[in-house]
Amino acid sequence: MAAAAFVLSTSLLAQDRPQSLRGATPITETSKVDQYQRGPDQGPIPRDYVQQPPLIPHKIDGYRIDLNFNKCMDCHAWSKAKEAGATKVSLTHFRDQASGAELANISPSRYFCNQCHVPQVDAKPLVGNDFKPVDALAQPGRK
Amino acid sequence: MAQDKQNKGLIGRLWAMLRRVGPWTALGLFVAGIVFWGGFNWTLELTNTERFCISCHEMRENVFKEYRDTIHYQNRTGVRATCPDCHVPKEWIYKIARKVQATNELWHHFMGTIDTPEKFRAKRLELAEHEWKRMKANDSRECRNCHAYTYMDYSKQARRANKAHPKGFDEGKTCIDCHKGIAHRLPPTEQNIGAPKSGATSESR
Repeated sequence: MAAAAFVLSTSLLAQDRPQSLRGATPITETSKVDQYQRGPDQGPIPRDYVQQPPLIPHKIDGYRIDLNFNKCMDCHAWSKAKEAGATKVSLTHFRDQASGAELANISPSRYFCNQCHVPQVDAKPLVGNDFKPVDALAQPGRK
Repeated sequence: MAQDKQNKGLIGRLWAMLRRVGPWTALGLFVAGIVFWGGFNWTLELTNTERFCISCHEMRENVFKEYRDTIHYQNRTGVRATCPDCHVPKEWIYKIARKVQATNELWHHFMGTIDTPEKFRAKRLELAEHEWKRMKANDSRECRNCHAYTYMDYSKQARRANKAHPKGFDEGKTCIDCHKGIAHRLPPTEQNIGAPKSGATSESR
């Protein structure tokens, strides 16, 4: 009990003074963009095994992938990622899986993104499961 | 007498004309005016319905089918944006201007310019560019009939939207700059994935 109180008090002391949502911008000036409170969706959930395709940390309703247009590439293509603030398609996707050759474009075999990548859901497992990530992915404080 | 005529003014002259044609003719003209204007407006509004738009198979088989997969057709609250909500201005003067332009579309309907899926696919980029240009020029007026950005609550938006919207508005962008292909599919677009696409545009958003 005393130990817990000690930990709590030191963590409080370690914190800086409370920060306004406006940051350090004076009230007479317009604050910069991107200072609004975060919305209802959540950041990326960490991976559970090394080969796991990263999960999609946003809704993909109505995002079509068809012959003419691949909605994912609209932000995740290398030419768009920076402007969109999105993750670039992995370098591994430029390799032709049949011949092993490195291509100048993303390999056509990677065209259908959601064959491997799915939107993340923080769902409770339906049956008991004692799976544990390998040590390389173990993060402190993560169950 | 001549002086009298000059001093009468507009109302006086109208009254004189009324006396000349007689009350029944005047009443008849008035009613005819109402019927004519009402009929014109009624017909105009009849061409401003989804049912009218998809009475042509070009619309029903191509763009309407695509639109049925999107959030503007079906969503959790059941609020809909039908064809004219986005493609015909609400304000009278702009509406009439658009309707006059649309006579060109009637001409192409009877010419059969896009009467097969193949012809439509070949023309999709050009047609899409017309709409993008129109939306860009009028600051996405039809979007803003419902989506007024001055009333957006960024804190209710998801992470990506709440980041992108204030930034886009700061940069003076309009809806269509980013939201292309939200109700219809997009023309072939070069995205550096797989083999180069034939007849592709490099612009995607």
